[in-house]
Amino acid sequence: MTAPLHEPTAEAAPSAAEEAAVAGAGSKAVQGRSLGRIAWERLKRDKLALTGGVVVLVLVAIALLAPLITHLVGQDPEAHHEDLIDPLFGTPIGSLGGISGDHLLGVEPVSGRDIFARIVYGARISLLVGFLSAIVAVVIGTILGILAGFFGGWVDSLISRIMDGLLAFPQLLFIIALVSVMPNEMLGLTGTGVRLFVMILVIGFFGWPYIGRVVRGQTLSMREREYVEAARSLGAGRFYILFKELLPNLVAPIIVYTTMMIPTNILTEAALSFLGVGVKPPTASWGQMLSSAIDYYDSDPMYMVIPGVAIFITVLAFNLFGDGVRDALDPKGSR
Amino acid sequence: MTTQRTSGRRKQALAAAAVVAALLTTAACGGGDSDNGGSKNGAAGFDAANNKVAQASEAKKGGELKFASAQDADSWDTTRGYYGFMWNFSRYYSRQLVTNATEPGKAGAGVTPDLATGLAKVSDDGKTYTYTLRDGITWEDGKPITSKDIKYGIERVWAQDVLSGGPTYLKEVLDPKGEYQGPYKDKSKDKLGLKAIETPDDKTIVFKLPKANSDFEEMLALTSASPVRQDKDTKSKYGLHPFSSGPYKFQSYSPGKDLVLVRNTEWKQESDPIRKAYPDKISIKFFSNANDLDARLIAGDYDLDLAQTGMSPQGRTTALKQHKGNLDNPVSGYIRYAVFPQSVKPFDNEHCRKAVIYGADHVSLQTARGGPVAGGDIGTNMLPPSVPGSEGQKYDPYEMAGANKNGNVAKAKEELKACGKPNGFKTTIAVRNNKPVEVATAESLQASLKKVGITVDIDQYDGAQTPGIIGSPSNVKKKGYGIIIMGWGPDFPSVQGYGLPLWHSDYILDSGNNNYALIKDKTIDGLFDDYVNTLDDAGKEKIATEINHKVMEGGYYLPFVFEKFLNWRSSRLANVYTTDGYSGMYDFVNLGLKSTK
Repeated sequence: MTAPLHEPTAEAAPSAAEEAAVAGAGSKAVQGRSLGRIAWERLKRDKLALTGGVVVLVLVAIALLAPLITHLVGQDPEAHHEDLIDPLFGTPIGSLGGISGDHLLGVEPVSGRDIFARIVYGARISLLVGFLSAIVAVVIGTILGILAGFFGGWVDSLISRIMDGLLAFPQLLFIIALVSVMPNEMLGLTGTGVRLFVMILVIGFFGWPYIGRVVRGQTLSMREREYVEAARSLGAGRFYILFKELLPNLVAPIIVYTTMMIPTNILTEAALSFLGVGVKPPTASWGQMLSSAIDYYDSDPMYMVIPGVAIFITVLAFNLFGDGVRDALDPKGSR
Repeated sequence: MTTQRTSGRRKQALAAAAVVAALLTTAACGGGDSDNGGSKNGAAGFDAANNKVAQASEAKKGGELKFASAQDADSWDTTRGYYGFMWNFSRYYSRQLVTNATEPGKAGAGVTPDLATGLAKVSDDGKTYTYTLRDGITWEDGKPITSKDIKYGIERVWAQDVLSGGPTYLKEVLDPKGEYQGPYKDKSKDKLGLKAIETPDDKTIVFKLPKANSDFEEMLALTSASPVRQDKDTKSKYGLHPFSSGPYKFQSYSPGKDLVLVRNTEWKQESDPIRKAYPDKISIKFFSNANDLDARLIAGDYDLDLAQTGMSPQGRTTALKQHKGNLDNPVSGYIRYAVFPQSVKPFDNEHCRKAVIYGADHVSLQTARGGPVAGGDIGTNMLPPSVPGSEGQKYDPYEMAGANKNGNVAKAKEELKACGKPNGFKTTIAVRNNKPVEVATAESLQASLKKVGITVDIDQYDGAQTPGIIGSPSNVKKKGYGIIIMGWGPDFPSVQGYGLPLWHSDYILDSGNNNYALIKDKTIDGLFDDYVNTLDDAGKEKIATEINHKVMEGGYYLPFVFEKFLNWRSSRLANVYTTDGYSGMYDFVNLGLKSTK
């Protein structure tokens, strides 16, 4: 996660991690460049955040290796096993939702699909939407936020009003309406592909004002600083100042907000799938599993517990990690 | 029906009969020993009211019969209602010349005189039907019901522009050319301009059919043939407060919230041979959540579900485990199926259709519908068991309940080859998004078709928009819906009441179409023509069987189940029985309570 921070600091390697000095002084270039290193030192000492980080890495690995993992346990997320279902009740035969050596987390009611395989594949959807929509939001939010903060005047007014408008917009309702009028095929995508594409774009689009506001605020406070004045008096162009002087100093807040945004996006995806406008069957999604578990909350509670726990762990891990990163990157923050 | 099934039924019947006998001898509060049996609270036992009368002798006069429902009627206007439970419930406040017999099971599908003194006197050519009205039949204000009121009530079916929604069989049979404009555009002074119905005096009504139709009396037994009095006709608002001709009248109705009927004091028991009218008051409470509704039924707060479409999975499980004696498991008369529109390639080729039929895992589809008890027996053809001429699972041309019940990949691939698509094809399933069970069947079909190389995308459309989405052939073609998942039950138990809108080429409509497969088969059309002219029952059954065979041979349909429900009956109910006249629902009109408090 901290890797990008090191890149612009190649020549500043020797400045060691003297935390006290950093915390005390509020100065610019040297400390700013070594921030990544300092943050990393701090993060290493934050056990909770590290745990969160490790869990996130594990989740990413699970998502990337989903086909391999399900192949190893010999299960297919879309294969039906009606023989494991009690025909009278429609619930899995056996205790705890049919947990067995073959089906590590049991099987779904009615269809008998393997829950473990579906959870593993569901991680793909959750993380894909979580990350990609965060990236969309960050790109739009950073560009527009920095422009608003730097140029001020009517540019700022315009962008700020747009952000206000978007923040007031009922995004969940909008997405539901949008998905239901979406064609089944577009841009060479079909079915679930279209739904994912739309969800990522729209969640990202409605998420950018959160980043945009922070970036704008930071830019406002930095654009009159001495180093910017200095660059300006040396004849630097606007875009040089924007992207070479200001942007590197915005990296910290952007990273913090991104890590906070990913779990929110994962929850939004789950909510949309829960409401039936997320991915299409038979693609597995945690929200959709939760939604179909409602009919079995009493007769097969494990079916509801498992995707619930998966969402809980994922969101918690991202939040812990995000908190840790914020603390580490913000020397003034109380710890 | 298979022998297996019958013997299962027979066992249940025996067990239930034993329990009923035990209850009667031990005065209603012993029981509880048998697995299937009644509980301490006096429930009649599992399937005790299925096709037979349970606890008839315990019905007392008085009390409040409490219905609960997750759904309001489409309309309580007798002309406009099309929901099965509305037809059933409407007998509380409306009477017809003839109506379904108040008998359990198959006998309930028979027609019996209600306002009329007897069944119709039919002329030899089958074109003239004459009825005489009973004495003492009255409206809720005490005025007598006349033959003119009946004629006016039937004429309202013609006013489809104002009163849409109900069945239109009478209009098509009495006025096939559409000459009459309906009572609201009627120029004659008494608004009784329809020539096909004559009312020589207040007690006599004569129907003159341009063409014979052997099911005409069944059509007159529909709620849409109820009398309506002209001065009480509030047109499109009539459904909010229909003027009663039956034993109960509307006290209050808030759509989507509740409905209360109270006794119609002008109704006379001796004028009505079929309605027992036990309770003093009948109420419906509407719920927005089916799980909530089931929980309240189980808790004993309500007596039965108005919709009578089975309990939700959650309530069903609890009820089966703890209150089995309060459940009945009737056959509903509905067939749940997938249908293949011929306008969508490659389903224009019958071999591609058959590839899907052979590729499907029928046991998996049955499980998705709820299993053999809550879902029903595997459907093997397209004529419901309650319709005369049906053969049940005995007619199984694709061996769906036999050798191929788990799908036959080899056979499916053969059909694919014959269709010119040896490597399979891609298509889309259209399914209502508000029916989780239908989505589950779509997923089952998707999974089994994958094995034969047919890739399926599932499109969940807004279930409330059904007539405009899958009912529009041009939209179906545009969206490429090669497979549509639906269900259908008979309007009245005959091949005409079930299959005419589904299979006759005249019924292919631009909107609100039900002939989804777009069947244009001269043989099938011809058989329907023969059917309406055949007046003897044996001949009618034979033609029904033949039509069913023709439809199945074309491979237009993949039936899932002959649907069964698990319906709740509270321990307070007495004189309970299911009837084929209303698709396996309880016969509402004669329900009684054991205690009047």
